[in-house]
Amino acid sequence: MATQSAQQLSANRMRLFKDRFARYGVTAGGVMVLVALLLIFFYLLYVVQPIFESVSLKKVNSFNLPESGQVEAVGMEEQAEIGYRFLRSGELQFFSLIDKNDRRSGDILLSEIFVEPENVSSFAKTLPVNHQYAYGLESGEAVVVEPKFSVTFPETAATAATDKVERVITPRFEVKNDGQPLVVDENGRALEKLSYETDGDGMLFAAAVENSTLLITHFVAEENFMTGAVTLTPNYTEIPLNTAIDDIVVTPDLRQVIARRGNRVHVFDISISGNVTERELLPMRTRELGNATGMYLLAGASSVLLTHDTGKISQWFEVPGDDGRQYQYIRSFDAGSPITEIEVEYYRRTFYTLSENGDMNIFHTTAEADLYRGKPAEAEVQAVMVDPRANYLLMKTAEGYGLYDVDNEHPEVSWSGLWQEVWYEGYPEPDYTWQSTSGSDDFESKFSLVPISFGTIKAAAYAMLFAVPIGLAAAVYTAYFMSPSVRRYVKPTVEIMEALPTVILGFLAGLWLAPLVEAYLPGFVAVLLLVPLAIILMAALWSQLPTQIKSKVNDGRAALLLIPVVLAVGWFSFEISPWVEQVVFDGDARRFITNELGVTFDQRNSLVVGIAMGFAVIPTIFSIAEDAVFSVPKHLSNGSLALGATPWQTLTKVVLLTASPGIFSAVMMGLGRAVGETMIVLMATGNTPIMDWNIFEGMRTLSANIAVEMPESEVGSSHYRILFLAAFVLFIFTFFFNTIAEFVRQRLRDKYSSM
Amino acid sequence: MKKWFRTGKPWIWLTAGSVSISLIAVIGLVIMIGWRGLSFFWPSAIHEMDIKQADGSTKHIIGEVYDSEVVPTTRLPQSMIELADIESETVTRYLMKIGNREYVPLDFTWVLESLVTKDTTPKNMAVIERSKDGNFYGRITAVTENGEVVAKQSDEDFRKVMFERVERAVELNMQAMGLQEGEISSINYQLNELSLERRRLELQDELTEQAIADLQAQREQLNADYQVYEKELFDLREQAQRDALIVKDFRGEDVKVPMYRVLDVNFPNDMGFFAKLGHFFQQIGKFVSDDPREANTEGGVFPAIFGTVFMVLLMSIIVTPFGVVAAVYLHEYAGKNPVTKLIRIAVINLAGVPSIVYGVFGLGFFVYMVGGSLDQIFYPEALPNPTFGTPGVLWSAVTLAILTLPVVIVSTEEGLSRIPPSLREGSLSLGATKWETIWRIILPMASPAIMTGLILAVARAAGEVAPLMLVGVVKSAPMLPVDGNFPYLHLDRKFMHLGFHIYDVGFQSPNVEAARPLVYATSFLLITVIVGLNLTAIGVRNHLREKYRSLEH
Repeated sequence: MATQSAQQLSANRMRLFKDRFARYGVTAGGVMVLVALLLIFFYLLYVVQPIFESVSLKKVNSFNLPESGQVEAVGMEEQAEIGYRFLRSGELQFFSLIDKNDRRSGDILLSEIFVEPENVSSFAKTLPVNHQYAYGLESGEAVVVEPKFSVTFPETAATAATDKVERVITPRFEVKNDGQPLVVDENGRALEKLSYETDGDGMLFAAAVENSTLLITHFVAEENFMTGAVTLTPNYTEIPLNTAIDDIVVTPDLRQVIARRGNRVHVFDISISGNVTERELLPMRTRELGNATGMYLLAGASSVLLTHDTGKISQWFEVPGDDGRQYQYIRSFDAGSPITEIEVEYYRRTFYTLSENGDMNIFHTTAEADLYRGKPAEAEVQAVMVDPRANYLLMKTAEGYGLYDVDNEHPEVSWSGLWQEVWYEGYPEPDYTWQSTSGSDDFESKFSLVPISFGTIKAAAYAMLFAVPIGLAAAVYTAYFMSPSVRRYVKPTVEIMEALPTVILGFLAGLWLAPLVEAYLPGFVAVLLLVPLAIILMAALWSQLPTQIKSKVNDGRAALLLIPVVLAVGWFSFEISPWVEQVVFDGDARRFITNELGVTFDQRNSLVVGIAMGFAVIPTIFSIAEDAVFSVPKHLSNGSLALGATPWQTLTKVVLLTASPGIFSAVMMGLGRAVGETMIVLMATGNTPIMDWNIFEGMRTLSANIAVEMPESEVGSSHYRILFLAAFVLFIFTFFFNTIAEFVRQRLRDKYSSM
Repeated sequence: MKKWFRTGKPWIWLTAGSVSISLIAVIGLVIMIGWRGLSFFWPSAIHEMDIKQADGSTKHIIGEVYDSEVVPTTRLPQSMIELADIESETVTRYLMKIGNREYVPLDFTWVLESLVTKDTTPKNMAVIERSKDGNFYGRITAVTENGEVVAKQSDEDFRKVMFERVERAVELNMQAMGLQEGEISSINYQLNELSLERRRLELQDELTEQAIADLQAQREQLNADYQVYEKELFDLREQAQRDALIVKDFRGEDVKVPMYRVLDVNFPNDMGFFAKLGHFFQQIGKFVSDDPREANTEGGVFPAIFGTVFMVLLMSIIVTPFGVVAAVYLHEYAGKNPVTKLIRIAVINLAGVPSIVYGVFGLGFFVYMVGGSLDQIFYPEALPNPTFGTPGVLWSAVTLAILTLPVVIVSTEEGLSRIPPSLREGSLSLGATKWETIWRIILPMASPAIMTGLILAVARAAGEVAPLMLVGVVKSAPMLPVDGNFPYLHLDRKFMHLGFHIYDVGFQSPNVEAARPLVYATSFLLITVIVGLNLTAIGVRNHLREKYRSLEH
């Protein structure tokens, strides 16, 4: 007895343990569902969050270089291992930025003197992406130098043992024109305020000679086909201006020279060789911006930045207008204190300013963002340059040089850039545009979410326009009037409708429905008008029939009776469509709409999407609304009928009102589904991000945008994160609608369980 | 009249009309796809036509009537109206598939009915299905072996001889393909494994002289094996190139069609009804079992079917335990507290989240984050090439498992709620623990509901394309996720999917006209599968409801 109960006890203990274990396991499993949803939410947020982070600078290294006078320019190569500086004294020095191989940071690796210090009259540098520098000489000549770097992976005794090769970067330089100075001024006058650009072959110099004369020298490159030798032929142009010239800038396409004297900025068109014309004078805004103090070009060479004595920087670029392209004031930035120098990045629209108070500011033009202000080294910043990949910053302060790791991954994304109208370079006015990539490196990405959000709303609106009337009407009829035997077949059929893959709906919409709508447009409109008329006609006819026939097939089977009617009317509408088209639209409805009405017509348009997506959303609305109407307690409608109301009156004034929360919930769910639909929109619209309510034009939705662009976007880039932001927006939107719908439905259920 | 309107009857009939419209839409859609899909397999007659040209000459074409269209006369250029002497308001035009891709700029051409002067369907017109360059239409005049004619059209047993030789060539090609995809592919795989092994030892600092020598010996052995197989393969190929067909094409010229390119020869104008029926089923069989060719515009969809089935199986293994556990929790263990409400809201929201968001989440979290970490830990030798840090079957299955989780949960919960509480109470009163009750009584009774949920989840996964586009589906996968090389199941491979195949063939094909019927056929296959699954699930569910309705009373 005792052993038996002892055995039982141990067996019981095992069972109890299993029970407890199961309880914890199942609870964990249940909570996992919540975890999954939260995981999606937080992961999307995690990917999106870096967009809104601010710029951070972290010092990597600091070192000193021998004092050698004024520094004209600094720069780095791609790997941020070697830097260089051009001195006023005519010398170029390469130095190591980090401790690597057998180099210490600050070691001078190579230096070369190109001109004697007393001959130097000015210094010019091209845009960073062209990486060439020019010394202007007292003799009216110029020496152009290009720093170059060669990468090797040498095999040494050390590397052979470990089977690992080290990368060694060696600096060198090239003096253009085979080491010979170029004669910029044939009259030998000293070149002041030199500005220089190259388009790869030709070279253009613009300088101030004798203080107020603008000298433009264009060296046109001609290649001898036979020998491959390049000869440079100079074209000289002189333009006397009345007062001293302060700044000169040359555009890299060698078509414009911009000269500033005081507050007057002249734009000269030099695109036709030998013919220099003054195109315009920039309308300066001294009252709000202050007096101009400097002029610089931005990366991409479309925008001109002017600094002002109030510490403001104004951006100007060419805008197409009635008189051709004219420079216009676009926007301004505030650095707080007057600016001494601006440095631009190689490819992005970011620029760095150095102020009189020693601060460095980082701005981004398209995003209208003020990203950073301060003294990273806690000392006055005297010179700064960013590396080609925009990862590192070489900074010179009074205390020496420092290499900084700059974390500025997504400067172009800002709230205004995403949701407000932005004036993009070359556009006539501020606009909402989505244009994420192009072929060139210095492309100004246009990341406005407004056109694609508009597309989502437009697609959902047209879909709901088709789906809500049909879905609700069908649900009401099925739940309230339909005979149970028919209902047993109709409900599964609508469930099949819900199960149809949207891929198939989309492909049918794009490949079959769209051409059909285009060919039979009058037919479609006729269907919309004739079918309801035919139904009412059929109803009238039916009510006239003798009672015997009517009782056999009552209202409950009306749906089946109407199938042949609808089919007949539909067929009839399509048959007369060509005739209607001929008579009303003179043979071609599409041409009529485009030419006479002035409305653009795309084959894959919102009408097609509305029909297709309506088809996909109808079952969602149907099942929930049908459920809601069906669960209205029978005694309510019985009471209403007993008091003498007609079935229709009972429906509209009693049942629908009682079920209205459920119907509302159904519409919310349908809307959520319409917003998230991807495949139909992908295949049945033109995927163009335009903002127009025109029913005959396509759109691009958030979901289709993600599907199309995500596989091709660089992981971790701004584009990638903005696509995640679009997904996040969709998630929040549907979360919102679904939760409201569910709350309403729960309340309804509780209310009915008490009834 | 007004009184009749006031009774509300017209509005009731209008609501009935919307049900009719929906029914027509659904059934019409399924029928249309079925019709267009299945008619792709029915052998169509080959026409030989003479067409009047603008300069007075006649163009001679041979082909199948692919499609016909009625266009208003005003759409045609004036010159054509005059030439064809058209008087009616509308004209019919035919889209002819003329094949013979090497000799014509486009293998489809539109022909106006009014311009056709002669139209016959000769009995000896053949359509030759080829492995490259599509179909060839013409009259087969001779069979050659090594350049020598061995049978002529006039011979009595010409067709028999020709079919024999076609079969021989097809057999040889299949052997060659088997060799290539089997043994030779296996050798490639093993060679790759050897390089990875070397790298693995290197990373672990275990690359000794002995190990290098071992690996080198294995490599040499594999190379020797390969030489043998390669010789065999070339031998088979040479044998297959022995025969050829001489065909007189639409220009009247004799064209040599090499036998090793021929997959099938048919004489559709000469087929009786039963022959056509046989051919119909044979084509369906080939569609389901062959690989695609010509950039997915021809051939079968077997890899897509296999990929879909494999991925769905994997997904079921993941989603069923999670879904059932969550449903059991919600129904049996959860109390009436805010956490339960949150979980229910979470289930509803998981059902409502757009599928593309799942794709994005799957890509970022599973592929890059989890997959990247797996690569770092378990497959460092393959880096920088990702193994699991790239879209594949496993991540697709996991993503779809989360997507279809709510379906399984809702269905299982419904099944659990139908079981009368008296059963539970009886079991507990007899001394069983809660878990024993659930495991031995409740779950077996709810198993049909679980199966319903699983079926619905499978049907949903077979049709979802948007998330898969981001996490693992490709246009063309050279290798299946399951093959004869250890570890036999390759969960890091990319796969093909029926739904994506429809999108790809319909919208990203180089030759849209040729691809169109294939899209309908694939859609029909997909719809059949999904509708079948759904009807099964609905049937099971209704049966359950009836069964338990009696139990409750």
